[in-house]
Amino acid sequence: MTNSSEEIRKKRPHTIIALVEDRPGVLNRITSKWRQRGFNIESLAVGHSEKPGLSRMTFVVDSDANAEQVVRQLDKLVDIVDIRDISHEEIVTREMAMIKLRSTKETRSQLIDIAELFGANVLDVSPDSLILEATGDEGKIDSFVTLLRDYEIIELVRTGRVAMIRGADVSHPELPAEEQYDRYPGVHTW
Amino acid sequence: MANGDKKEYTGAQMVMESFLRVGVDTIFGLPGGANLPLYDVLPEYYPRIKHYTVKHEQAAAHAADAYARIKGTAGVCYATSGPGATNLVTGIANAFMDSVPLVCVTGQVIRALIGRDGFQEADIQGITIPITKHNELVLDVDDIPRAMQQAFHIATTGRPGPVLVDIPRDTLQEKGEFYWSDKVQLRGYRQDNFAPDPNEIQKAADLIAQSERPVILAGHGVIISRAYDELLKLAETANIPVITTLLGISGFPGTHPLYLGMPGMHGMYWNNRAINEADLLIGLGVRFDDRVTGRLKDFAPKAKIVHIEIDEAEIGKNVRPAAAIHCDLKAGLTELNKHVKPKERSAWFEWIDDMRRNHPSITIRETDEVLPQYVIDSIYRETKGDCIVCTGVGQHQMWAAQYFWYDKPNSFVTSGGLGTMGFEVPAAMGAQVAAPDETIWSICGDGGFMMTMQELATIAEYNWPIKFAIINNGTLGMVRQWQELFYGNNIVSTPLKNPDFVKLAEAFGVKGLRAERKEEVRPTIHAAMEHDGPVVIDFRVHYDENVYPMVPPGASLDETIEVPATETAPAQEVKA
Ligand SMILES: Cc1ncc(C[n+]2csc(CCOP(=O)(O)OP(=O)(O)O)c2C)c(N)n1
Ligand SMILES: [Mg+2]
Repeated sequence: MTNSSEEIRKKRPHTIIALVEDRPGVLNRITSKWRQRGFNIESLAVGHSEKPGLSRMTFVVDSDANAEQVVRQLDKLVDIVDIRDISHEEIVTREMAMIKLRSTKETRSQLIDIAELFGANVLDVSPDSLILEATGDEGKIDSFVTLLRDYEIIELVRTGRVAMIRGADVSHPELPAEEQYDRYPGVHTW
Repeated sequence: MANGDKKEYTGAQMVMESFLRVGVDTIFGLPGGANLPLYDVLPEYYPRIKHYTVKHEQAAAHAADAYARIKGTAGVCYATSGPGATNLVTGIANAFMDSVPLVCVTGQVIRALIGRDGFQEADIQGITIPITKHNELVLDVDDIPRAMQQAFHIATTGRPGPVLVDIPRDTLQEKGEFYWSDKVQLRGYRQDNFAPDPNEIQKAADLIAQSERPVILAGHGVIISRAYDELLKLAETANIPVITTLLGISGFPGTHPLYLGMPGMHGMYWNNRAINEADLLIGLGVRFDDRVTGRLKDFAPKAKIVHIEIDEAEIGKNVRPAAAIHCDLKAGLTELNKHVKPKERSAWFEWIDDMRRNHPSITIRETDEVLPQYVIDSIYRETKGDCIVCTGVGQHQMWAAQYFWYDKPNSFVTSGGLGTMGFEVPAAMGAQVAAPDETIWSICGDGGFMMTMQELATIAEYNWPIKFAIINNGTLGMVRQWQELFYGNNIVSTPLKNPDFVKLAEAFGVKGLRAERKEEVRPTIHAAMEHDGPVVIDFRVHYDENVYPMVPPGASLDETIEVPATETAPAQEVKA
């Protein structure tokens, strides 16, 4: 790998994925750490994972943040079952955006043309508006939005990045159903 | 220990049954509406479980904290909902910063009222998220044994820390089936008893073998891990001088020839210079706090670093180690000791000895007035160091660290990370309960003492024979020192108008003594030791004494200010 591509890689934001207990307060704990330690989080996406009781999160962290510290600090939370930085792995990433635009009879077909170009869907049409939905990596969404700036955007919503490692490997080590310890707290055990 | 047993209990009884199963026999606390069910069942469990009632919940948390430090098990405290729970906050934060295993059980308003701003509701779980290792609101009575078991497991394993369990009053009253699992089940918490990585051990051993000018920097981890013997063995075998951080004090014998004292902001001059000169710095159970390192980018500029630490997030956080050993310190040192060999380092020791001779950091001036350093030195001489010392925060704390030699392992209890004034009084209570046969000397600031002195009533009630030495300089001394040195001597809000401490003590039914002149100091200490019960001594000391050496805030260790010439004149070596 050449130096310059190494540098480009370093400039990219970090993608961190985590498997977390699906319990009240978990998000509170995570954001509390971010806030207190000053980690700059660009986006966060959460949803159920394939494992019952566990959610999977994807966070995108500023390129100049110390990703190792972010991972290690968050890993201390009991509710985080596993967490890793996958920025340097072969990954696929996606983000979804919905854009509500003002449209007239004249602009409607132009907007639909642009949408087609980007493989975007039309979710809603009214006499004077239109909602488009696009999915792709951030770059694609960014260029889509840039083109649409020539028209009147009423509202824009983006989901933040979700990411997955390519190939058949699992992102997190296979967990035993319940990890068990037989060490009892008590007199002089620490 | 009953495993997998099932029986019907109330929630409150389940809390007590859990205590019995994890070996808890001591609680500090104060009752209120929401935790009343816990108090209702206390008599059933007495004397297997003893509860000490404090006057303010902050004291319960600090007492449990000091108890845990001395005893080596989790400290337990109780508080009611709302203001009871929020009064614990300072104590929890203190335990969090100093990695002390604390389990706080708070009563919460009944489930139907949670989230409705009812009387004495506070979201204590939300409030304590950033200052606990973990916390939980238990809404189902059957979850209590699991939650309690996990709380003790999390608090006492790995890097210890406080855990809070919040239980609504109606959950404490409800009956349920007590199920005590024979395993702790926590998939998101690794037990942290990692075996040391043999490659890193080898790297560390090689670095030690190559090093000409090594120093050991030992922190609280030595005491938490009870790794005194292993540290001693490493230092003696490999012939390496030992510096301890404030919280590492009493982790290595204070009068040992290899011991150099404390580094950092008020550390020994020779230590700060030695860290600058060292080619190898072995950090053991330390987190390289700013009070130790000074300006971080100029810290130990010539040294490679070996770091043995149980908390992975601390490795590489402030300094980049050349060898990083992530494990319990005792286990790590045991492994490392198998690989280190004796080595002659006479040039290095000569350099250090020269530095100590030419830059004596701890000398006590000959004065007519009572100097605070003289009081600490006198307590050391009178007790011969055979006691446990607790301190508050400020100048007296630094002098207690500098002018006392702690040979007894784990005999110095202080608030390091959070720097909590007022710790001195309740900490002494916790230490006394944990070590009933030891003499506890609490070295108090006059400012700090006033923050928690209501506990004299508790001390009188239980007749704990604690000796409180108030270093009464009539000022918030450490802050006054900063005003003098860094704010153009603009003395604002630091002078103290103190009560008569002797009368105050007597009002609580505690013996009060005073020493105003130098020749009274040692006899007064002696009298306090003779008295079989608690004593408060009011030491009237020189008002504007400063703590030296000092690294100005933001400066590097290289810029350590020695004792100014005007304050050193006729010097007397204090080491006993
Ligand atoms: C609870 C709390 N409030 C404020 C401070 C800031 N502070 C640090 S040292 C100090 C002065 C302490 O005065 P005193 O207890 O008399 O001890 P001295 O420095 O005079 O020995 C203060 C106010 C603190 N550490 N803790
Ligand atoms: Mg004072």
